[in-house]
Amino acid sequence: MDYKSIRKSEITEFLDNLIKEYVIFAPIEKDDIVLYGRIKSGNEVILDYSNSVNSPKEAVIPQLETLISCKTDKDITCVKEHLDEQEQFLLFGARPCDARSLLFLDKVFSDEECKDIYYVNRRNAVTIISLGCTLPQETCFCTTTGGGPFSTDGSDLLFIDIGDSYIVQIITEKGAELVEKLDLRKTQDDELTGMDMLIKKSRASIEPEIELDKLKDKLDRSFEGSAWEILAEKCLSCGICTYLCPACHCFDIVDEERKCEVERIRLWDSCQFPHFTMQTSGFNPRPTYKERYRQRIMHKFSYCIDNYGMVGCVGCGRCVTQCPVNLDIRQVLTSFYGK
Amino acid sequence: MKNLYLPIPMKVEKNLIETEDRNIKTLTLSFLNKRDEESFGFMPGQFAELSVLGAGEAPFGIASSPMYKKHLDFSISLAGLVTTELHNLDPGDTVGMRGPLGNGYPIDMLQNKNVLIIGGGFGFSTLRAFTSFMLHPENRKQYEDISVVYGARNPGLLLYRNELSEWEKRNDVQLHVTVDKGDENWEGRTGVVPVIVKELRVDTENTVALVCGPPVMIKFTLPVLAELGFAPEQVYLSLEMKMKCGIGKCGRCNIGSKYVCTDGPVFSLAQLNLLPQEY
Repeated sequence: MDYKSIRKSEITEFLDNLIKEYVIFAPIEKDDIVLYGRIKSGNEVILDYSNSVNSPKEAVIPQLETLISCKTDKDITCVKEHLDEQEQFLLFGARPCDARSLLFLDKVFSDEECKDIYYVNRRNAVTIISLGCTLPQETCFCTTTGGGPFSTDGSDLLFIDIGDSYIVQIITEKGAELVEKLDLRKTQDDELTGMDMLIKKSRASIEPEIELDKLKDKLDRSFEGSAWEILAEKCLSCGICTYLCPACHCFDIVDEERKCEVERIRLWDSCQFPHFTMQTSGFNPRPTYKERYRQRIMHKFSYCIDNYGMVGCVGCGRCVTQCPVNLDIRQVLTSFYGK
Repeated sequence: MKNLYLPIPMKVEKNLIETEDRNIKTLTLSFLNKRDEESFGFMPGQFAELSVLGAGEAPFGIASSPMYKKHLDFSISLAGLVTTELHNLDPGDTVGMRGPLGNGYPIDMLQNKNVLIIGGGFGFSTLRAFTSFMLHPENRKQYEDISVVYGARNPGLLLYRNELSEWEKRNDVQLHVTVDKGDENWEGRTGVVPVIVKELRVDTENTVALVCGPPVMIKFTLPVLAELGFAPEQVYLSLEMKMKCGIGKCGRCNIGSKYVCTDGPVFSLAQLNLLPQEY
């Protein structure tokens, strides 16, 4: 493994250099909360944060995007594809869970037989510098879902906070190329020793409590149980868990007329909404909160294993911290696991 | 890389009113570009997303046989925004089409077998495509006995009447058209589809049943097939579900871990028995 180091005081300059080449998304403070957003200068970035409220999936699946459009006075033979060339995009300071979520999204949108060109174009332009978690939050459970506070999955470079400097772990070729352009110093041996201790300590604070294969088995056998009804009693079906989740990717496609143009727009949707599966006839295979809440859990922890070989959850804990009725996915999983 | 969301431009050749209540029309489309026509191939049972820009897209089974390459038929039941726009199309208008999508009927597995087609109402469209495919002179000898049971609520709701009367004249297909309730001019059979199926006394050995129709028909037909001795592996159903992308990404048409748009819409009853009852 290759390492470099950079002093914290040099980060602003580091980013200001990169801003010339990349559109940079990083954690910034806005209205008293930390969000991923586009930065114009390196000094906007906040790196002593737990995790952002929103996930960085917006970089690859925008909340709204135009797929095709057509002038209203023309017909379908004059359709314009919205496949603009992508600017190079740098996701800086993302948590390892969020970096890992892109590997999951790749499985959905970039599978060999059926590539989604809009996703693939954006994804190819993304470089990810993630920031290891020295102090995981109480709501973090990345280790349960196969990740870890210093997981390198999905990252091109991983920053590790060792006090007044960051150690830069070089993970991919893309990451190595980026590092070559910058003048980073050599990492000292004592820095690496310190880093190992930090990693061990952090990981020990969030030991996994669930084996995913066993959980899947128990969930599959509990599909018909009454437990879902009880769990769903609390759920407001507001969909916030799905909007903030870095792995949730369900979308709708609608046509909208704007000025003299019709646009076919893809937008985030949520399995928690009744219209998601409601057929024009009025029939709905998931008519109540119970079926919709069950779908969210089963999709992530059973169906995704069948289809993609990994769960559709990276344990970021956003759905736990932001749920207005404190529906805690960890407790839900544990309750089925204990059955 | 192909843009899977880009519709193929098609021209409306015909938009035929099928039923007396004018609720179902069959849209016949041709390709506007020769290149699209040449590269387009499909199997009976597959579907496509039809789109009218401004109204949106919706999935419809391809109702015509792939043996007739120049035209594609789609039977469209008037229900919402997109279907209203599709009903209003006139010959010469253009419309978008994305497809073919889905798996289609298991034609390889049906070779040298007796095929029992069971369709109800509007669900008959892809079964019509498959029946027409099997009855094509190039294909007929690849199948043993072919029986078709097709029912509608009343005579005015029967689709594809010209084709049905042509099949009626053939001696290489047993056609059983039935209506729940006849009228003064109806001389054919009366009775719901499951009852007619029961009366058929089919030899289940070497026979496969393909079923598509309204939920109530399916609900009462499956027990009849079981009673006749059909194993779950010998029964195939074509399912419907709300869809958007049609390519297994938008996340709404799943039954358990199977997506109706990519793993289906055709499933064997044996496959469905392993899935949650959420459809």
